[in-house]
This record gives sequence, C-alpha cells and structure tokens, in this order.
Amino acid sequence: MPSASPDTRPDDAFESVIRFDGVGMRYGRGPEVLQDITFDLPRGSFQFLTGPSGAGKTSLLKLIYLAQRPSRGLIWHFGRDSSKLHRRELPDVRRRIGMVFQDFRTLDHLSVFENVALPLRVAGRKRKEYADDVAELIHWVGLGDKMDAQPQTLSGGEQQRVAIARAVVGQPELLVADEPTGNVDPAMARRLLRLFTELNRLGTTVLIATHDITLVRALDVPIMSLADGRLNTGRRKASA
Amino acid sequence: MTEDRLPPTAPEKSAPLLPADSGRDRPLFAVAAILVFLACLAALGARGAWTVSDGWIADLSGRMTVQILPVDGRDAEADAAEAAALAEALPGVRRAAAGTRAEAEALLEPWLGGEGLPADLPVPLLVDIELDSGNPASAADLTAALDTAGIPARVDDHARWSEAVVRTARLARLMALGLLALIAGAAAAVIAFAARASLAARQSVVDALHLVGAQDGYIARLFERRFFVLGVRAGIAGAFFAFAIALLVTYGGPGQSEGFIPVWSFSLWDGAVLLLAPVLAGLIAALSARLAVANDLRARW
Repeated sequence: MPSASPDTRPDDAFESVIRFDGVGMRYGRGPEVLQDITFDLPRGSFQFLTGPSGAGKTSLLKLIYLAQRPSRGLIWHFGRDSSKLHRRELPDVRRRIGMVFQDFRTLDHLSVFENVALPLRVAGRKRKEYADDVAELIHWVGLGDKMDAQPQTLSGGEQQRVAIARAVVGQPELLVADEPTGNVDPAMARRLLRLFTELNRLGTTVLIATHDITLVRALDVPIMSLADGRLNTGRRKASA
Repeated sequence: MTEDRLPPTAPEKSAPLLPADSGRDRPLFAVAAILVFLACLAALGARGAWTVSDGWIADLSGRMTVQILPVDGRDAEADAAEAAALAEALPGVRRAAAGTRAEAEALLEPWLGGEGLPADLPVPLLVDIELDSGNPASAADLTAALDTAGIPARVDDHARWSEAVVRTARLARLMALGLLALIAGAAAAVIAFAARASLAARQSVVDALHLVGAQDGYIARLFERRFFVLGVRAGIAGAFFAFAIALLVTYGGPGQSEGFIPVWSFSLWDGAVLLLAPVLAGLIAALSARLAVANDLRARW
C-alpha cells in the first residue's frame, strides 16, 4: 500500500467521494443520533438514503455538507480527512457539493435568477459568463417565466425546483438532495429524477434522501437505510 | 409538464446579497450621524484649541516688559525712552516701545479713577519689547544692559505666566484630542455592535452563503461594504450639521478677540476636516464591521 499524507486515505479513498468510518454523532450532551456509521459513496455512484423520520437522515446530511462535526469516527471528503480541514478550506469542499434541502433555504430577498446563480457569484464568476446558462437551467426546471420572482411568491414545488437548480448549477462532484421530490407532482418528480440521473451519467455522484418509495423503485441503485441512528445497506430492484 | 421553450433572459444587474433592513438601519444611521457631528465639533474644537494656545504661547514667549521704577530726581519718561533704545540695540529684539506717563495713567484708571493723578505720584512706566522669535534676547542680557546704563528698571520675561499658560494650552490640546479619540472609539464600538446584530439578524443569509461555498472573508466584505456606505452617509449628515454650527459660530459670534478669549474663524483646515469626516466615518464603520463579523464567523466550526 503506498504511503499517504496524514489527512488523506490512500488508493480507494480517492475513489470515494465521501467515506464514513465508525462515525457517531450527538448534539451537545444528548444521546447519539448516529451510531457507528460506516459507508462509502464511490465516485460516480447513485444512492438513495431512506429511513423513517427521526432516524438521523438530516444529521447524516449535515455531516456530509460540513455543517456539523462528528462526535467520533472519521469522515473523508474527496479523500481528505475532514477533522483536519481548516475553516478556510471548508468553502472549497462545499463548492464541490450541491445541496438540496427539504426546507429549500432560498434567499427571499433575491429573485429566482439570483438564487440559482448564487454559487457561481460566490465563486467569483462574472455575471456575463454565467447569465445565459443560469437562465437556461431555470427554463429547464420550468420556471422561465418566474426568473424575476422572489421565492416567497412561489409554490412549494417551485421553490424546490429553485433549490435544485441552485444545487446543480455549479456542476458539483457530489449532489446531495433531502426529499427533493416532496413538494412536486409526479410528472415533475420524474423530470427531476431525470435531471439527477443525467447529472450522474455525466459523472456527478448523487445521494438522495427520500421517503418516496416510488422514487426509490424507479431506479436500480444501492439503498442506505437508517433506523435509530444505525445504517443498513442493500439494493432494491427497480419496478417493471 | 413540457420543457419551457421561452428564450432565456437574465436580469441585467445583480441584486445586493445582503437584504436591506431600513427599519434596523435607520436608528443606527441617526446614532452614527450624531457621533460624526460630535466628532466634527471635537475636531474643530481641537483645531481651535491648538491655534489659540499657539497664540497664547507666542504672545507670552515672544515679549518682555520693562518696568521703569520711579526714582526721585529722575525723568521716568526719558529713562523709558533710553531703555527702549537700549533694548532695540540688543540682538534678538525686534521692536521696543516706551510707554508714556499718560499711557500708564490710562492703565491705572480702572483702579484709581480718571480724575487726574497728582503729578508727584510715582507711576511706573512700561516698555513693551517684542522679541525675535528665532533668537530671542534673554531677560539677563536686557537687565545687564539697563544696569550698565544706570536705569532703575525691572525686567519681566513673563516666565511665571507662560509656564502656566503652556501647561494649560497643552492640557486643552490633549483634552480636545482625547475627546476626539473617545468619540471615534464610541462610533467604532456602536458600529461593531450593530454589525454583530446585523449578522445575527441575517443568519439565514449567512448560512446560505456558507452552504454555497462563500469564504468568511467574502461574507465579511458584504457587511464591510454595507457599513461603509452607512458610515459615509452618516458622515455627510453629521459633517453638514457641524458645518452649520461652525457657520453660526463664525458669523453669529463676537467679531474680534477680547484679550485671551479666542474668536472662532472658519479656516481651510476646518473645511478639510469636514470634507474628510464622511470618508473617515465610512472607513471606521467598514473596519469595525469587518472585524466584528470576521470574529463572529471565526468562532464557528
């Protein structure tokens, strides 16, 4: 096995976009909400994360997008030990992750266009370089006529599409979506799933946390199932 | 749902990333404007204290007074004229003016009345000596010259006065500068407090920016710019009101100096202070907001 720097894992770590190794997490002095979580998200993979409410899905996603630190265990992001990441290195890691939240987290004082363009603007890209691409993406998610609207004037499904467009606009290496189809009709859900699979086909690793069994059945991909803070892995055949 | 086939049209301009919060910003603007107003007054006061104390020190250290002592059998006015001539001949003396008995009586009039003094009342005459500020003559030189000439006189170089005046002038300058520093510090503290409150109020925006990969410095710069603009606007308002007060004092105050009482006059220096005030207010506001926000962000993760 070749040698590795202290904050990286050799060989297979670089094939894993995210790797959890014996991770536990608790809030303050409370009980552990995640226990002994160990899994890999191989580069280019597509996986579902399922589990009942309170199983720890959101906590696990927080660890992935670096909003929380684990209480124990190790997490590697793109081959780097996240416990050794300096605060100033976090933005670079976060820019490689597109995150879709269940509660959208759009900025109400900005228009749909500005919300979707936010990752590119924050990354220092010039407006004229990305304006057409962002507008095209907004049209693609069906909000072309609401480019100047503010999110609070949109329906839940429309806000969700804004959040998804914002997550994918920077072509992230990893897309993590928390209940991305929870507020949209079946036709839009299928269309968004097509967007995710297309991104995955182009190389983006995709992790979707969902209760939507129809969505899970639509694809033959690995499923991680959380229950009481513990993880089970498996695979479910797509329905005919 | 079918794909939207409308041609993509992006809005022309980028919206500010921090939401406007006029309800919260207005009181802060008022407080900042008042602080800038007070700082401008303190700066103008400091300039005034500096100029006036310079004048006091120059007046006292640049002059000496010779008192011709009345001695029976001597012509005091002749002694005064000779003392003035001797003084003017000394190096380091620019000008010497001998006072007459009539002038001495006029000086005594407030105490002894204007009825006319008895001719035999001994009245000391004064010789006012203006020194060369670059190389002033000393009291000892002048005393020696008068002694040599046999003129009964006492030389006063105002040392007793000037020491106290210099001390007072230094104190006045220090107080004015201290007041200016205190007000600037108060302004910085108020802005820092407001920036922290603003950061807390916009937590969801900051979280969203972090989420999409914004550096702490990027977020701090947003607040820095916001508070720079607020500082400049408050500075313009504060400086404007300070200018109005300065004009009022200049044109509404006494027309000429009454002894040591200074008379305000608006100078170019004052104009520069008022013009610089908005820029300095903006810089102080920007710097304190940036430091406050950066410190708060650093405390996370």
